[in-house]
Amino acid sequence: MIHIRRIQEDGADVIALIGEIDASSSIELDLAIAKSVGEGFEKILVDCGALEYISSAGLGVFMSYIEEFKDRGIRMVLFGMSDKVWHTFSILGLGELLQIGKDKVEAKQMIA
Amino acid sequence: MKYVHKVGCSIENLKGVRDFIRVSLKNHGVADLEISEIVLALDEMCSNLMIHAHHCNPEDLFELHIDIDKNDPVVFEIVDDGTVFDINQFHAPALDNIVQEKRKGGLGIRLVKSIMDKIEYQNRSGRNVCRLIKSVHFQ
Repeated sequence: MIHIRRIQEDGADVIALIGEIDASSSIELDLAIAKSVGEGFEKILVDCGALEYISSAGLGVFMSYIEEFKDRGIRMVLFGMSDKVWHTFSILGLGELLQIGKDKVEAKQMIA
Repeated sequence: MKYVHKVGCSIENLKGVRDFIRVSLKNHGVADLEISEIVLALDEMCSNLMIHAHHCNPEDLFELHIDIDKNDPVVFEIVDDGTVFDINQFHAPALDNIVQEKRKGGLGIRLVKSIMDKIEYQNRSGRNVCRLIKSVHFQ
């Protein structure tokens, strides 16, 4: 079960993920990112501070946007992950492919 | 000690599967980080089974068995009657290919293989048994 909240800050779209993302809820993450892109945001911050769990289905959603974002000049930074969630990204080496900041301040600097 | 969880093949039930695994391993003092890795791998195996072998039919049931004995590797068994998908026969795609092809899938097999020590398939009394074995640290 995932709750997703979007707020806009300093021209960036901040997508906050609250709860768990698995095969049954990864579609909601996909829709939220698609909506942000559809609304023309070029800076997307993903707040993972209240993300308790992410399965490969959720990781796959982030991966699927890497190429498109590169082509369209869209910057996305994830931030605020717990050690447990960070570990999931790192098992697959996704820390190298995705931009991940420590907190919102650092994430904002990374997309500035 | 053996734990058994019987579950219908609806992906809405994955949360219950994860909770079952967490509680069972926690009872035996398995470290949190190891629990989260195991949960990740089994979530992947169970969701694959629900989606690909049972087309998310909640009437189809499978069983997840956990066999824990202190100082032995933990044995997880997924027992069902569907089509077998042997992940040992499947090569996980390279990360570069997943990115270039904008694929959402393909990461899971890589995860399971990197987390579990051994994955084997058996047929027991006409049922499919997928055995996943993992050495853990007991606190």
